[in-house]
Amino acid sequence: MEILVCARRVPDTSENEIHLNDAGNDIERDDLVYSINEADNYAVEEALQIVSRVGGSVSVVTVGSEEDEEILRREMAMGASHGVLLSDDAFAGSDGRGIAAVLKAFVQKGHYDLILTGVQAEDGGAQVGGMLAAMLDYPFASLVTAIEVRDNGKLKVSREIEGGNKEISEIDLPCVLSIQTGINEPRYVGMRGIRQVASVPIPKFGSADLGADAGLVGEASAKVKRVDYFVPALGKGAEILQGSREENIAKLIELVAAKGGLN
Amino acid sequence: MARTFVYVAHKAGVVDDSAAELMAAARRIDSAAAPTALVTGWGQDLDPVCASLCASFREVWKVANESLAYPNAELVRKALGKLLPPDSIVLVSHDHFGIDLAPGLSIKTNAAFVSDVMGIEGKDKNVLKLIRQEFGGQLSAHVHCDLSTGAVLTIRPGAFKPEQMAAVQGQVVDKSSEVGVLTGGRRYLETVVAESGDVDITKQPVLISIGRGIQEKDNVAIAQELADAMGAVVSCSRPVVDAKWLDKSRQVGSSGKTVKPKVYLACGISGSFQHLAGLKGNPFIVAINKNPKAPIFQVADVGIVDDILEFLPELTSKIREVSSAQPVAAHAS
Repeated sequence: MEILVCARRVPDTSENEIHLNDAGNDIERDDLVYSINEADNYAVEEALQIVSRVGGSVSVVTVGSEEDEEILRREMAMGASHGVLLSDDAFAGSDGRGIAAVLKAFVQKGHYDLILTGVQAEDGGAQVGGMLAAMLDYPFASLVTAIEVRDNGKLKVSREIEGGNKEISEIDLPCVLSIQTGINEPRYVGMRGIRQVASVPIPKFGSADLGADAGLVGEASAKVKRVDYFVPALGKGAEILQGSREENIAKLIELVAAKGGLN
Repeated sequence: MARTFVYVAHKAGVVDDSAAELMAAARRIDSAAAPTALVTGWGQDLDPVCASLCASFREVWKVANESLAYPNAELVRKALGKLLPPDSIVLVSHDHFGIDLAPGLSIKTNAAFVSDVMGIEGKDKNVLKLIRQEFGGQLSAHVHCDLSTGAVLTIRPGAFKPEQMAAVQGQVVDKSSEVGVLTGGRRYLETVVAESGDVDITKQPVLISIGRGIQEKDNVAIAQELADAMGAVVSCSRPVVDAKWLDKSRQVGSSGKTVKPKVYLACGISGSFQHLAGLKGNPFIVAINKNPKAPIFQVADVGIVDDILEFLPELTSKIREVSSAQPVAAHAS
């Protein structure tokens, strides 16, 4: 099975405190720790596990700039056969639809049986996979937590729905699936593995190579634009205990006991 | 004037609570507009759903189709694609169904798409001004959406409070004949109901809940020791289940359990809306997190900025000290 995983490099929110920049139009990006979007990493692991069962290969593609090559190399160190960078000034400022249009153009240059994305990235969009599927007229399932390749050449997929329940469906290939975190246990990637792929060339395709729909791609075509960021107004907000650790513990015990929390 | 639609989820003949929230969101876009309810389904459940919606929507579009007996997003998308007038604004709940349906619907209707909308500031000609969150809720963003070819919006559950509105006498418009035969590449097979775990966290008065900040599996014992000292039970947020450190039955949130404790200690939990959606009954929330920007501090009653791996063991030993000095008679067990 030929599998394409669409991935993205994002600031790691579990490692960073995100601050607003002075202009208020972006986050303070100096000194941020970047990594592959967590759900995308699960998607690559799932692709590798499928290929180890039924054969085939895994390619990882990202829309971005040369800085984003580091996540492609990381996923190649995990076992992906190919990393591909889609990069062009004309892609800048694209909304989700524009990114999906760039990916669609790339997908149509190859032959993929299965396309995976992470369920969402740091912007919480949860959009590119579903858009890409609709543009390609492929079936789509989101929030996927298990994939089984059936003898009939179709997939049995499990989706996460409310209350921990699972919705099971059969889906035809080719299709697009958005992968939920927790679907597997992504393998560890050591420095040694990354060094081994450090000099593997990463092909780069631009707007002219892909022939993406100019009416959808880039800032001028974006129907959705982020104007600025702001720090959310605290609701009532917590009463922050400002004492020493020992004082905070004493105060906390008192408060929790008063609420019936010590049994 | 673009028409606004609300996609109504329903189950066993009962309208989902999200419908009233979507109505409230639609009225934030245009307080004068009367949104139209979209209802798809099959069988005897459908008419009672439409009838009850007539009290709040002036028009209810009903699509009865055997293929839509289960809400398969691909087929619903195809049905709506045949019905929606150009430039429509469609509101869908940002849940497992909306995430499945909405992005593809926006492509097929050539509409703008904005997901997980939590605020609507109004409309300026053809520009809709929205608020979203990014970076796990650490920052909010103003987003402008071009309405000139319509829009599909998914609305965050709980973000819009249903309004008290005078009852209307709406009418049901049967659109079934416009939909015809629906076929797709994805077929629903079954729903597997969550297994119950060793402990039922939904019935516990005190929960020690851990998140990503617990950092590794061996550290779960730190929370368990505190829970033992307090007579409480350990629950968790999604990353802990993803990492397989605790069973899924311990997860609080929209994709886990809904709990209603008296006291909730959120330890190393950032406080995503999906997690908070599982926390009901107005508990006393204590947040302990080393990131002072963690959204959990916005909803907690009391916050402590500290590293849980150091704080919790000290808290545990202090509680043991206190309770051995003064046994709590009422709870001698």
